[in-house]
Amino acid sequence: MNPRLTRQELLRRGAAGTALLAFPSLLAACGGGDGDEATGELKDVLNFSNWELYMDTPQTRKAAGLTGPTTLQQFTAETQIKVNYFEDVISNSEYFATVQGRLRQGQGIDRDIIVSTDNDRFLGTYLSNGWALKLDKSLIPNIENLVDAQAHPPFDPDREYTLPWFSGMDGIAWNEDVTGPVTTVTQLLEDPKLNGKVGVWNSMGDTLGLVMLENGDDPAKVTDESFDRALAVIQKAQDAGQIRRFYGNDYAQPLSTGDLAASMAWSGDILNLGDPKLKWVIPEKGGIIWTDNMLIPTGGSVPTASTYMNFVYDPNIAAQLSLGANYISSVKGVPEEAAKLNPDAAANTLAFPTDDMLSQMHQNDPAMLTNPDYEKRWLAVQGK
Amino acid sequence: MGSFFHRHGAFTPYLLLAPGILWLAIFFLIPLAFLGYESLQSGLFPDFQFTWELSNFSNGIRDYREQIVRSFVYAGIATIACLVLAYPLVYWIAFRAGPWRNLFLLFIVAPFFVTYLVRTLAWLNILADEGPVVGALRAVHILGPDGRLLATTFAVVSGITYNFFPFMALPLYVSLEQIDPRLLEAAKDLYASSTQAFLRVTLPLSAPGIVAGTLLTFIPAAGDFINAALLGTPGQAMIGNVIQAKFLESLDYPGAASLSFVLMGLILVALLVYARIVGSERLTG
Repeated sequence: MNPRLTRQELLRRGAAGTALLAFPSLLAACGGGDGDEATGELKDVLNFSNWELYMDTPQTRKAAGLTGPTTLQQFTAETQIKVNYFEDVISNSEYFATVQGRLRQGQGIDRDIIVSTDNDRFLGTYLSNGWALKLDKSLIPNIENLVDAQAHPPFDPDREYTLPWFSGMDGIAWNEDVTGPVTTVTQLLEDPKLNGKVGVWNSMGDTLGLVMLENGDDPAKVTDESFDRALAVIQKAQDAGQIRRFYGNDYAQPLSTGDLAASMAWSGDILNLGDPKLKWVIPEKGGIIWTDNMLIPTGGSVPTASTYMNFVYDPNIAAQLSLGANYISSVKGVPEEAAKLNPDAAANTLAFPTDDMLSQMHQNDPAMLTNPDYEKRWLAVQGK
Repeated sequence: MGSFFHRHGAFTPYLLLAPGILWLAIFFLIPLAFLGYESLQSGLFPDFQFTWELSNFSNGIRDYREQIVRSFVYAGIATIACLVLAYPLVYWIAFRAGPWRNLFLLFIVAPFFVTYLVRTLAWLNILADEGPVVGALRAVHILGPDGRLLATTFAVVSGITYNFFPFMALPLYVSLEQIDPRLLEAAKDLYASSTQAFLRVTLPLSAPGIVAGTLLTFIPAAGDFINAALLGTPGQAMIGNVIQAKFLESLDYPGAASLSFVLMGLILVALLVYARIVGSERLTG
């Protein structure tokens, strides 16, 4: 999956590196390579930044019973556009920190598509600062396949700048060897038998979203009161020693070894781990659904990126992607297409949730995610 | 060229210094000046304004005194632990290991061949609740049946000690290895006991190594955040974790920059106090 550097690119990067050494102010110059004038042209290369384990590979296709080339190879065969696929999004915040310097100067970041998750503040920050380019919808007729639930998100009401890549669900997982079923957030945060063996996320939207649902509050419309209530629950569990640590995406391993008895957990992580003693549920009071969104950053090629987005919004291609990566698609008709490709794999409700499961899902309030005071208090609970 | 140096002899040292000074200017002074500029800004990302916002500093010290103190305490304990562990080890390597010296030195440096992050992650397995160490300690009742090592102060300080150990061991080795064994023979000839010879000859001669080792260990340890993030809980958060969160999560760049300056200033003060105690000539070797 590692993108190989072409000789030309290597030389170009080498030159940029030398310039950087020579004089810092040249830093400004080396980003301008594919500046705004490239925005309107269709290119023969697409630079795409995504998370790890988020794309079908020959191995995952085999495991899902799919034959034939990967979707990236199919795209290149169909359009003659080569894809440089970078798995360099390790966390929303770190990726943002890496690219914000150039975006702030109005420069490109050598990417045509990047992804950012809607349960973090950064997706909204890209959009509100004007660092994302408008999609060319005339090149994306397949946009009609976007599921209704995703058509009008608060951060981009008319889907002018973003399209969903994959979604996943926030729930609770437990290790069967260590504890019985843990099905409510209250049980997770208060059951003395789990003391010191409970994980929660360090991301505010995920963790407080689940707590708000438990409190009977709406995570999509956060008030100061509902925020205070949710934060107090976490503070209390933290003070009682119930919570072992605040995790990023590193809770799965301690859950597997039994250091954690139970933890807030993402559906796809548990599925990809394939450990039979780990169980995952949607909490009784409901779960949170989050979505990684594709966007075209400043300097990216709109036609090239739009062509790719149209390709992955074909239900058959989207079904292959979902089967190959085990995450939830936002493309209409995917469960049916997936069932045609592999009925067994398509029966997996973590990647192809039922309507009943989806009806238990809620979204985060973007205003909560970008509130600096909330952010400060959320970090303070974590001792920071 | 030769005649140039001959004619402008006074400039030669500066000419030779130029690459080093240029390096310092580009990679230390300019970023530092930029950091200072940023630390005095106010406003919300990305619209920061330079307003001589000195309150960034006072607020930072007020809000995060606990994490600052904790960082220095942890770094101090880890430095002492490194010294106590490293001294006998490298003493033995320098004076007793004979032809195997280089091999043992390699063992000390070997963990550095693995990435810092991965090295620390390995401790998650070693210290795991169901792992061998905790199991053994529970069996001999040093830990209770529900006792644990991970997510404790012990784990964080141990992680720092482990990760910075070579920074202590290598300078110590260099200073011990340079000691002329004939000096120790002479001490014995003058009726010094082994203890007296060690205290009056070996220890003073290895002092530059001790000083260099403590500085190389203490300074990065005080700013470390990986160990507290992976092996600790909110109760072990260090100032490095606060700075990281301010930069990555809150996008509070002025806050992160001012706390970095506070950390740097405090380390500098600690360094000056240390220099007064041990004598500045030892600080520079």
